[in-house]
Amino acid sequence: MIAFSFYLFSICVLVGGFFTVVSRQPVHSVLWLILAFLSSAGLFVLLGAEFVAMLMIIVYVGAVMVLFLFVVMMLDVDFAELKAEMAKYMPLALVIALVLLMQFFLAFGAWDANSAAETLRGNVTPADIPNTNALGMILYDKYFLLFQLSGLILLVAMIGAIVLTMRHRTDIKRQNILTQIYRDPAKSMELKDVKPGQGV
Amino acid sequence: MIGLEHYLTVAATLFVIGIFGLFLNRKNIIILLMSIELMLLSVNINMVAFSSFLGDLTGQVFTLFILTVAAAEAAIGLAILVCFFRNRGSIAVEDVNVMKG
Repeated sequence: MIAFSFYLFSICVLVGGFFTVVSRQPVHSVLWLILAFLSSAGLFVLLGAEFVAMLMIIVYVGAVMVLFLFVVMMLDVDFAELKAEMAKYMPLALVIALVLLMQFFLAFGAWDANSAAETLRGNVTPADIPNTNALGMILYDKYFLLFQLSGLILLVAMIGAIVLTMRHRTDIKRQNILTQIYRDPAKSMELKDVKPGQGV
Repeated sequence: MIGLEHYLTVAATLFVIGIFGLFLNRKNIIILLMSIELMLLSVNINMVAFSSFLGDLTGQVFTLFILTVAAAEAAIGLAILVCFFRNRGSIAVEDVNVMKG
């Protein structure tokens, strides 16, 4: 059963990743990427890392991919023109991908885990408490500074994104509350004495 | 029996797909950003696989940090993209040579 789930999830990850990079519509790319992230969350559950799996779904699928989808739908871009040169880059991309893949498999073929690696473990997974609990215990204790630093990174990213995309449009009417408050009847209203039969 | 090598193979193949996407979509910066996300995902799979098979939680902690940096990178990248599109009216990255760096 675990083997079946592993093969199902990993095929979904790879197919999703492949169609992300080759599909013609960017919206389809985003949806394929969502499939890849969801099935990688499944792989993480198989590995016993439930917290990372749920984080993957919440952060990636819930936030990052929605951001991508939003940008893809907001920008009015002629993607057919962008995709037209895909065939031109295909040979180079295939060569580089094949060479890299062969290098990876050569490296993994000669690779073997050192039996002494277990003695170097920094944070041994506790057997009796759940994954999320154990992660929290070391994240808020041993890696507290890094945790704060990652919060700082997110803050900088948030401020940067707001500063980059904010613009003050001058061609629309805005409500200026101060000028509204400081209006008085003497300046804003004029009384005219209209004579009968003459009009203004 | 599913071992560490199976997960490493999936991660390596996903990484290669990401590189392939980088070279295939050289003009479309949205797909470029998605390829980078794919490569980061493959690194995360590697980290979690090693963490699980070694019984060491450090890999999962670092996965959290990679996730944070990836989210920040995507947000900044898309903000730059929106800004660029507003100024130039296209997202063809080959036009980005104004600074001649």
